[in-house]
Amino acid sequence: MTLDLWTITKRTAFYALVVFIVFVAVFPFYYAILTSFKSGTDLFRVTYWPVSFSWDNYISVLSTGSFPRNLLNSVFVASVTVLAALFLAITASFALSRVRFRGRSLLLMTILAVSMFPQIAVLAGLFEVIRFLGIYNTPWALIFSYTIFTLPFTVWVLTTFMRDLPIEIEEAAIVDGATPWIIIWRVFLPLLWPALVTTGLLAFIAAWNEFLFALTFTSSNATRTVPVAIALLSGGSQYEIPWGNIMAASVIVTVPLVVLVLIFQRKIISGLTAGGVKG
Amino acid sequence: MAHIELKNIRKSFGLVDVIKGVDLEIFSGEFMVFVGPSGCGKSTLLRLMAGLEDITSGEMSFDGTLVNALAPSRRGIAMVFQSYALYPHMTVYENMAFGMQLAKSSKEAIQERVEKAAELLQITPYLSRLPKQLSGGQRQRVAIGRAIVRDPKVFLFDEPLSNLDAALRVATRLEIAKLHHAMNSATMVYVTHDQVEAMTLADRICVLRDGLVEQVGTPLELYENPQSLFVAGFIGSPKMNFLNGEIASKFGANTIGIRSEHIEIADRDGSWKGKVVHSESLGSDSFVYVDIGMSGDPVIVRQEGTRHHNPDDAISIAPIPGKIYRFDAAGKPLKH
Ligand SMILES: Nc1ncnc2c1ncn2[C@@H]1O[C@H](COP(=O)(O)OP(=O)(O)OP(=O)(O)O)[C@@H](O)[C@H]1O
Ligand SMILES: [Mg+2]
Repeated sequence: MTLDLWTITKRTAFYALVVFIVFVAVFPFYYAILTSFKSGTDLFRVTYWPVSFSWDNYISVLSTGSFPRNLLNSVFVASVTVLAALFLAITASFALSRVRFRGRSLLLMTILAVSMFPQIAVLAGLFEVIRFLGIYNTPWALIFSYTIFTLPFTVWVLTTFMRDLPIEIEEAAIVDGATPWIIIWRVFLPLLWPALVTTGLLAFIAAWNEFLFALTFTSSNATRTVPVAIALLSGGSQYEIPWGNIMAASVIVTVPLVVLVLIFQRKIISGLTAGGVKG
Repeated sequence: MAHIELKNIRKSFGLVDVIKGVDLEIFSGEFMVFVGPSGCGKSTLLRLMAGLEDITSGEMSFDGTLVNALAPSRRGIAMVFQSYALYPHMTVYENMAFGMQLAKSSKEAIQERVEKAAELLQITPYLSRLPKQLSGGQRQRVAIGRAIVRDPKVFLFDEPLSNLDAALRVATRLEIAKLHHAMNSATMVYVTHDQVEAMTLADRICVLRDGLVEQVGTPLELYENPQSLFVAGFIGSPKMNFLNGEIASKFGANTIGIRSEHIEIADRDGSWKGKVVHSESLGSDSFVYVDIGMSGDPVIVRQEGTRHHNPDDAISIAPIPGKIYRFDAAGKPLKH
C-alpha cells in the first residue's frame, strides 16, 4: 500500500516536471500567437485564453511597409547560404576525412577554432572585406558572412560522418572506376542524407535568425532580412510600439522553420548505411 | 586472362616495411591462394595488385605490361571484400551495374551482363532489393556478382567467406570453385585464413610470412614437401607434431615433424611411451592427445573411425617409418 503511494507520488512528480518544462518552453510562443490575433485595445489586456480573434495584424504587417520583401530576402539569403555551405562543406570534408595530406588534423582544428570567435570580434574586419568586395547592402553580403560562420560547424559534422563511412565502399567504387567526384556525389551523398539534412537545417535556422550581421551589412528596407525588419517595425508615432504587428510578424517568421523541421524530420532516417558492409 | 608477375615488390607504410621484396608469378587462369599468419601482409599484397595501395618499389606487370602506376579501374581487376562493401543505397541490380554505367556501356549490354551474372549466382529474385534486405550469404553473392559483371581478367578476393557461418561458408566456397571453372580464363587471387579453403580451392598456394614468400606450390606439394618448419606447421590440420631434443637427434635432426595420420598406436621398437591427455571423436575419425614426457604441446594421433581412450591411460605410439620430416636448426628440411 505504501509502495503504491510512493509510485504514484513519483509518477505525479515526474509528469508535473514535464508539464512545467513544456509550459516554460512553449508559453512565450503561445503568448505571441495569442497576441497576434488580438486587435485594438485588447492588445493591452493580459489574457491567457483567446478572447477575440482577428486577422488585422497579419493583414497590416503583410500589406504595409516592406515586410513581404524582407521575408523574401530572408528566404533567399538562408537558402543560398545553406546550398553554398553544404556544397563547400561536402567537398572539404571529403578531403579532410579521406585524403591523406600533411597538416590535416591541424587544419581541422583551425577550422573548429574559427567558430570560436564571437561575431562581434570580426564585425569590423568583415565589414571592410564586404565593402572591398562591393557587396555592401546586398543579400550577398549576408550570404557571404553567414556561409563563413556556418562552415566550421558544417565541415566538422560532415567530416565526422564521412570518416565513419566504411572505407571498403569507397574502395569498391574506386575499383568500379569512380572518380573522387563521382564517389562524393553518387556514393557518399546518398549515405550522408541524415547528416546533410541536420546540418542544413541548423545552418538555415542560424541564417534565418541572424541579427547582428544583418543589421550591420544592410542599410535599406529593401535589402533587410526579417529579424532586423521586425526590430525596426515602428508604429504611427515614436512612442507607439506596434505590438500586434510585431507579434504577427514573429509568428510568420517562425512558421517556415516549424514546417521545415516537420518535413525533414521524416527524412532523417537513421541506419541508412545498413546492409552495405557486414552486420 | 592475365599472367601476373611481381618482381621484388616492396611496400612500406611510413617507416614500417610490410612487404619486403616479393617475387611471384601467377599464371594465366590460375587460382592462387595466399595464406599466412595474421599481419603477414596478405591483404596488403592483394591491395597492391588491385592498385588500392601504391607500390613502394619493385615491378608488377599484367601480361607483360607494367601496371605500377595504373589506376585500379584500368587494370582489368575486380575485388571482393571481406565486408561485402555493397553500395547500401543501391538495389542489387544497381550495385552490379554501377561499374559498367561508369564505363558508359549501353543499357542493353549492362542488363544482359547483370542478368547473366545474377543467374549464375542464383540471385535473380533479389535484383530489385536493397542490400539490407539480404542475408549475409546473399550479400556476398551479390558482391561476387558485381565482380563478375566487370568481366575482369583478374579476380581478387580478400577473405570473402570469413563473415559467413560454417554451412554458408561451405556452400559459397563451392560457388567460388564453380565460378573458377565457369570462367576458366580468369586469374583468381584469394586470401584466406582457412586451411580447407586453401587446400580445396587452390591450384597453387603461396605461404607468406612476415612480408616474404615462404613457399609457393600446389596444395599437395606444400603438404608433402614443406620447404621449412614454418610451412610444415602452417599447412595441414591438425598441425604437424614437432619433436626436438633427444628424440629428434636419434633421427639426426634438430627437429622432427610428423603428421597425426602418420602415427600408429603400437608397441614396437622405437615407439614412444606416454599417457593420454585427451581424446576427441569426430565420427569419421578420432584424435588422441598424448603426452610423451616432452615439453610443449601433446602429440596428436589420428585414428580412423570412433575410438575412445580414457585420460591418464598409458599408451604407446609409433611413427610410420619414412613419414618423418627432419629439419635442421635453421628450420630447413634435411634430405633423407
Ligand atoms: N594503412 C596502413 N598503415 C600502416 N600500417 C598498415 C596499413 N595497412 C596495413 N598495415 C600493417 O601491415 C601489416 C600487414 O597488414 P595486412 O592487412 O596485409 O595483414 P594480413 O596478412 O592481411 O592480416 P590478416 O590475416 O589479419 O588480415 C600489419 O602489421 C598492419 O598493421
Ligand atoms: Mg587481411
